[in-house]
Amino acid sequence: MDAQTRVSLYETMVLSRTYEEAILREYHADKGPGFDIGKGLVPGEMHLSAGQEPVAAGLCAHLTRDDAITATHRPHHLAIAHGVDLRRMTAEIFGRETGLGRGRGGHMHLFDPSTHFSCSGIIAEGYPPALGQAFAFRRRGTDRVAAAVTGEGAANQGAFHESLNLAALWSLPVVFVVEDNDWGISVPRTASTAVGSNALRAAAYGIPGERVEDNDVEGVYAAVGRAVARARAGEGPSLIEVHTLRLWGHFEGDAQGYRQDLADAPTHDPIPRYERRLRDAGLLDDAAVERVKASASERVEDAIRFAKESPLPDPAAATAYVFTDAPSAGGTR
Amino acid sequence: MTVTDTPTVPAPRAKRRLTTSKAMVEAIAQEMERNPEVVYLGEDVGSYGGIFSSTTGLLDRFGPDRIIDTPISETAFIGLGIGAAVEGMRPIVELMFADFLGVCLDQIYNHMAKIHYESGGVVKVPMVLTTAVGGGYSDGAQHSQCLWGTFAHLPGMKVVVPSTPADAKGLMTAAIRDDNPVVYMFHKGVMGLPWMAKNPRATDDVPDGDYEVPIGKARVAREGNDVTVVTLSLSVHHSLDVAETLSAEGIDVEVLDLRSLVPLDREAILTSVAKTGRLVVVDEDYQSFGVSGEVVATVTDHDPGLLRVPVQRVAVPDVPIPYARPLEYAVLPRHDRIEAAIRRAVAA
Ligand SMILES: Cc1ncc(C[n+]2csc(CCOP(=O)(O)OP(=O)(O)O)c2C)c(N)n1
Repeated sequence: MDAQTRVSLYETMVLSRTYEEAILREYHADKGPGFDIGKGLVPGEMHLSAGQEPVAAGLCAHLTRDDAITATHRPHHLAIAHGVDLRRMTAEIFGRETGLGRGRGGHMHLFDPSTHFSCSGIIAEGYPPALGQAFAFRRRGTDRVAAAVTGEGAANQGAFHESLNLAALWSLPVVFVVEDNDWGISVPRTASTAVGSNALRAAAYGIPGERVEDNDVEGVYAAVGRAVARARAGEGPSLIEVHTLRLWGHFEGDAQGYRQDLADAPTHDPIPRYERRLRDAGLLDDAAVERVKASASERVEDAIRFAKESPLPDPAAATAYVFTDAPSAGGTR
Repeated sequence: MTVTDTPTVPAPRAKRRLTTSKAMVEAIAQEMERNPEVVYLGEDVGSYGGIFSSTTGLLDRFGPDRIIDTPISETAFIGLGIGAAVEGMRPIVELMFADFLGVCLDQIYNHMAKIHYESGGVVKVPMVLTTAVGGGYSDGAQHSQCLWGTFAHLPGMKVVVPSTPADAKGLMTAAIRDDNPVVYMFHKGVMGLPWMAKNPRATDDVPDGDYEVPIGKARVAREGNDVTVVTLSLSVHHSLDVAETLSAEGIDVEVLDLRSLVPLDREAILTSVAKTGRLVVVDEDYQSFGVSGEVVATVTDHDPGLLRVPVQRVAVPDVPIPYARPLEYAVLPRHDRIEAAIRRAVAA
């Protein structure tokens, strides 16, 4: 792996973490007294992806803005790694008119046609649309691919299995990615499936399955590289499971009373670990790390400022966008 | 439909103040004590105690054989509930949010709800499907719906929607004992959760011990002579607040809490509208093809002459629930819209 790619994986992870820390700060800033989920600049449920950055960085390093991603209720790291505009994404999370969805969607419903990015709050339901994007890409004679990402909890849902089957049957250019962070809210993986690794499930559909252990960004990069190459070559889908880590609660406000693995979780934080590795390899030093962090922080704070300064939507327009007002395009594009 | 005005089983004893969620859990616990065939299964109902505190403390009391965490496989575990009920168990199965209905709808409306009919009444499905509904806290379009109109539209399942702690307990007891499939829909905003805006009415007197609130019997939450507000769930609380405000101006509002959509207490609706001649329907579900239309039709089918003025409907104007607070507040039936509708009705 070349030095530049390794450093850029690190940069992506740092940007994502910096972002999540800023959202965490803004989310909790004005929820009090006590904790009222509906209060504040960022109301509603908030699912942060801290700890899962290696999946996003390793995956998106192989994708261009022409490739599609369908993400989950925990979408920020993937959106950031895929190059979704930080300002407009943040404005959406803050419910502003300048947001990706003009404040209608919120943090679980980010849609960015310019990077073919979308997500859904319904478990596993991002898998089927990825098939359709892949179908359209191939039909138009391109080598573009669609990546579909879920958590390991979602791999027990019907949509997951139907999607694997159909994509395999039709050799669709899809890369299925499972983020195994061990927990589906409070239910550990061991209590939700008898299968040790979701990668094994690929065998049931006759496609390659691979599990990446240890939240290793370079392992993800390598596995996704193989899967994307296969998909672009017209050889069909693959399934990759990454053993990753949910560093924080399922959602903000989750006290995690059910969780026994918390005490040592921070030591598994993949970012300082990768940073050490790159330092040891002579690819990063104090000054470089400082630069990466400062630049991330500048971009993130700019996005937050943009969101805060943007107007809230006009309540009178609450019923807009149920249907398009434009006359039918008649099938042209 | 058999309904009685008074609770069927031993008269309520002492009253304590409980939140709606604690009252609901108390009913489940009491029925689990009474009947070993009652089990509760769903996502995060074990050590988490239910995302909306629907099972708090039950795992400790009844253990993992009866309070069962499931995988995220709604079709499978709701279907499992159906099969167990068919074999005579009394499962309570939780669909975490009503919004997730889509991933398991077939099991619900083609199986749970139809088996009794298709079998010519030979096979019973005595299960309870619990689910959380409602918005108002910016959880977005996939986590804020009520959808009770959808459940009520599909034949074969009773649909109960408690608004008070006492009803939450009495209706849960009745639901578990009912030999039919009962969908028990609890609004997050009435549960008295510590992490949501506090609704003072979400904590209230709850009778001790064992009692049922009969399914299919509406409750006059407030008596009044000028205008009838027919509503359910969180909107009952909002409507009562508005009624109190308006009473200072001499506007006397009657608030009818439907408590259940199937069966629907049409008689209570007619009785109240016959008295006031004015009808406002408040429904947190989508407006078209739903509960509000059904309530209006109940009156006009019987006697349009009961209405002295046109009906006012306050519902979600056929738009997905928006995320941003100003947009969400604009489409939900909150105090301002309810008050305006009542004023329109009495001014007409
Ligand atoms: C169909 C459906 N069922 C249940 C839920 C509630 N829910 C949201 S996230 C979640 C756990 C998801 O676990 P996993 O897929 O492992 O993803 P993670 O949260 O760990 O990233 C559940 C049960 C949902 N959103 N959709």
